[in-house]
Amino acid sequence: MFSIRSREFARRALRVALVLVLFAAATARAAEEVTIRIEEGVASALPIAVVPFATVGDAEPPLDVAAIVRADLARSGQFATMPPEGMPSQPAAFSAINFKDWRVLGMENLVIGKLLRAPEGGYVVEFRVVDVYKGKQLMGYRVPTTAANLRLTAHHVSDLVYERLLGERGAFSTRIAYITVEKKAPGASIYRLQIADADGYDPHTILESTQPLMSPTWSPDGNHLAYVSFEDRNSAIWLQDLRSGERKKIIAGEGINSAPAFAPDGQRLAVTLSRDGNPEIYLYRLGNGNLRRLTNHPAIDTEANWAPDGRSIVFTSDRGGGPQIYRMDVDGGRPERVTFNMGNYNARARYSPDGRRLAVVHGDKSGYHIAVVDLASNDFQVVTNARLDESPSFAPNGSMIIYATMGSGGTELAATSTDGRLKQRLATQRGEVREPAWGPFRD
Amino acid sequence: MKGAGQKLLVVLLAALLVTGCSSRSTRSDDAQGRATVEDRSMGQTGTDADGGAQSSALPGGSDLSASALNDPASPLAVRIIYFDYDSANIRSDSSDTLAAHAAFLAANPTLSVTLEGHADERGSREYNLALGERRALAVRRQLVLLGASAGQVRSVSYGEERPAVDGHGEESYSLNRRVELVY
Repeated sequence: MFSIRSREFARRALRVALVLVLFAAATARAAEEVTIRIEEGVASALPIAVVPFATVGDAEPPLDVAAIVRADLARSGQFATMPPEGMPSQPAAFSAINFKDWRVLGMENLVIGKLLRAPEGGYVVEFRVVDVYKGKQLMGYRVPTTAANLRLTAHHVSDLVYERLLGERGAFSTRIAYITVEKKAPGASIYRLQIADADGYDPHTILESTQPLMSPTWSPDGNHLAYVSFEDRNSAIWLQDLRSGERKKIIAGEGINSAPAFAPDGQRLAVTLSRDGNPEIYLYRLGNGNLRRLTNHPAIDTEANWAPDGRSIVFTSDRGGGPQIYRMDVDGGRPERVTFNMGNYNARARYSPDGRRLAVVHGDKSGYHIAVVDLASNDFQVVTNARLDESPSFAPNGSMIIYATMGSGGTELAATSTDGRLKQRLATQRGEVREPAWGPFRD
Repeated sequence: MKGAGQKLLVVLLAALLVTGCSSRSTRSDDAQGRATVEDRSMGQTGTDADGGAQSSALPGGSDLSASALNDPASPLAVRIIYFDYDSANIRSDSSDTLAAHAAFLAANPTLSVTLEGHADERGSREYNLALGERRALAVRRQLVLLGASAGQVRSVSYGEERPAVDGHGEESYSLNRRVELVY
């Protein structure tokens, strides 16, 4: 464990932000803090039985791999899984499958497998995907792994099953970043920037501070996070290397320094700076620190997000009265409004990975919700239904949107399928959880 | 607007300030945060300067020495300015307070104040950061207009990140939409 604490901070700890940087390995194996509650299901989901894997060579397996796969597939909203208690048998080999039993239950697919202890100390995960009605194996793999990587391997199994059956890449082995706030006393909170698996398990604190943190955003290669920190008595943009824990303040100065967004090429950030008198969008080049101003209007211009082709951005502007979404080329040119006939409040747009849709924070009489805008047709659909929803972020395969919602104990994370049909909450037991950012595929 | 026109505007606004404080104009805002009149002008929201105003715009006492900051009876003891929903307009009920602080700063040119701008929790966080700044800058403009020098007034926005109260209803929200004057 490695913590950075300057003497100055230690001396003036009461009045100056105390900032700790913790390596990922440090906080790993404590109890899972984030649990999942599935709220509404999808009628057209594919029935699948993920049979508990047989264990070979271990009295007590460290993880229930099949349970992780079952939970992943259920959480996607695309599969209807069945609990092990209802299964007629638990085959681990193709030859042991009694197909008639499963057909009677309406199970179209099975996942069966084994977890083998390797003599050198690692594990091998062996699994097969079986088509029940055809009586055929669709896929089979043997994956060598280590104890430390076993959970990740389980998510890889989910990815492989998902892709084989749906023809779309799975996002189960990705990660999310988010901010937690733990209130210690009136006016004194601990703010943490955390990274967890996409299912909320295995959270690691990568930054801890006594001053607010905001707007975490992933570099396209998943190796850096940019975020806003108030540790120096004003908003400033920081960049942190997730592999080394090193962090660097990259943009500070008079006024607001916030809303960082990586360009798809990873070489530039769009940022919001108000140093010239009011919040405007700038481009910041990471290599040389060059700043180029993009917007020029006395209104608030903020919350830039890049189109996947890296040629344009969408952003929030209230130049028309209230906040709406606008789009402009990064080479310059006039911003054009995107959100029409969508009421008076649309902010914080995020592109879907295919560039065809935006998730936005949409305000109406019943509160603030996440809405998905189809850019080709300009149709929009409100996909969440609580009173105060914010901070939408697409999964890298575009199938789900994670966001923050007001729960009974404060804000918590939730996820919805992009069509709004499946909703689930990721509840944390430790204070507020906010501003989730879904990380990229880990190639 | 430049030059003479700008000076005239300043004089007019100062005049409005003196006469508008206690005028019998309809309040165009209410404590529940509903702005019923969208006023984009700087400063006062009261418009009926019909001669009903009597009290001076520089309220309470003439103690502008540095020790006045510690006097709980001084108008300088009021350190929070409140705002309506999605608005950065200075409400008329804030004008006495701001006038007192401006006069104090004018009289103590070596002192400075930090204006911390805030927003309630509704809507997007980054937009709220900008809204908090807009409020802080509105207060800053008012103070400078009324005599403080620009170098004495620093502003910073915390958006919705540091609420004064934790509730989720309008009462809490109205207490979180604020600018705090921190000496």
